[in-house]
Amino acid sequence: MARTRYAPDRGLTVRMTVTMFLLGLVFVAFVAAIIGILTAVHASGAAIVLVALIFGGGSAIASLFYSDKIALSAAGARVVTPQEAPELHAIVDRLCALADMDKPRVAIAPTAMPNAFATGRNSKNSVLCVTEGLLYRSDLDTEELEGVLAHELSHVAHKDVQVMTVASLLAIVAGLLVRFAFYSELFGGGRRSSNNNQGGIPVVLIIMAVSVVVYAVSFLLIRVLSRYRELAADRSGALLTGQPSALASALTKVSQGMSRIPNEDLRAAEPLNAFYFAPAMKLTRGGGGGGGGGGGKSLSQLFSTHPSLEKRLEQLAKIQRELGQPTVGGLSAGSGD
Amino acid sequence: MGFLDTLLGRTKPVQPKLDDLFALPSAAITLQASSGFTPTGSGSVCFRSVEGKTFSDIESDVRDLLNMDAGKPGGGLPVEVTRDSYGYTWLVSSHLSDELDALVTDLHAVNSALVDNGFGPQLLCTLVAFRDERERRLALVYLYKRGTFYPFAPLSGQQRDNALEIQIKNALADDLKIEQDLTRWFPVWGAPGM
Repeated sequence: MARTRYAPDRGLTVRMTVTMFLLGLVFVAFVAAIIGILTAVHASGAAIVLVALIFGGGSAIASLFYSDKIALSAAGARVVTPQEAPELHAIVDRLCALADMDKPRVAIAPTAMPNAFATGRNSKNSVLCVTEGLLYRSDLDTEELEGVLAHELSHVAHKDVQVMTVASLLAIVAGLLVRFAFYSELFGGGRRSSNNNQGGIPVVLIIMAVSVVVYAVSFLLIRVLSRYRELAADRSGALLTGQPSALASALTKVSQGMSRIPNEDLRAAEPLNAFYFAPAMKLTRGGGGGGGGGGGKSLSQLFSTHPSLEKRLEQLAKIQRELGQPTVGGLSAGSGD
Repeated sequence: MGFLDTLLGRTKPVQPKLDDLFALPSAAITLQASSGFTPTGSGSVCFRSVEGKTFSDIESDVRDLLNMDAGKPGGGLPVEVTRDSYGYTWLVSSHLSDELDALVTDLHAVNSALVDNGFGPQLLCTLVAFRDERERRLALVYLYKRGTFYPFAPLSGQQRDNALEIQIKNALADDLKIEQDLTRWFPVWGAPGM
């Protein structure tokens, strides 16, 4: 009974753990630096830090709490009943029964770009949204559509919205601190000499510099984390349906379909990018850095919320091999590598 | 799923619960006494096929295994294999209406073949069909991942007889583990074996 074909991907787990650890480390270093600076100068900038924390934390909690409503209204999507979209609901019903998870609400967005996203603060309040382009225009067959939906349901199961919100909190606070420090420097410049007991660089400037570094580093780490979580969702989705190649062909079709769509749609979709099935911003970014060659490509990869198509297909091919292993011999030991 | 698994994004495919299926024959007696529904003798197992030869080999092995007894007394008809429009495979086993034990044994053979080969998470549901004198159709659907049953009573044209389903739910509350979360009572329109 204990044997399984579905051993977790150790490499991915390790990389994700390291990324999260680094994010945590940056967070601790950031707090320590701010406390250090403030105690050194007898808390002159405490107000700024406090305000940034309250604003940053508040906006993160609010965006998490209302994530489903925000995402639905940003995408112009509408929640549909089983009567309105029986096929779509039937696929989701079956996937949820296979995965033993609560069924999210199902929504359709009137967008020509073929894509899908899932969001929500917890499993009871999550919503799974597909675009009309994915349903009607992208010539995906039922199994490919199922693969896309399984990928999105895996995001819900992995609580990716919650994880990414917590991960982004640091960057939000650091970003706000930069802004606040900049404005207080701009408008309150006259007072600072009295606060500054070192006589050297003003405190706000130091906080600003620290925040800029923290913002940049955490921004990169969040993007790394986001890419790993996409790979994890691909993996779980493919294992759930047992059809990695259906997901692979859906990915290929959706990526191709995206390049046919005009720019207006892409720009409108930008705020939702991190939760999408395939990155909606790919075209604009590719167009901007067209002459970059190899170096430009790897740079855009660094800032991307999604792994490259090649990487995702490569992983799915590996899963396909694992699922095809003959039964003889120890299964659970075999797929670990 | 544990906190760490969530944090690291490694959902484990859910293993099926098999044992509760055997409560079915005694529940059928209760069902007949309380609402007049009798088993038709047919039932089916629904699972999500996995791509590749390994899985299709197992699939045909199971079919051969079930067909070994076909035609003999108590053996029932040869199993039927159908693929529905969502890509799921249904193995339909047909027996006489008083051979519910043999039917459940057949269904269980499919379960254990998949589980033994490491494909347990692919099992979706099992259904056993019932009829009453007025020819109303009813299926008891077993959800593998939950280990629970729910009634499904289709009417013509993708409508469900919800009143009948609730009535059956209450009638069987003592005999079967009934799925309490009504959102999980998903319809299986045109399911083979009904």
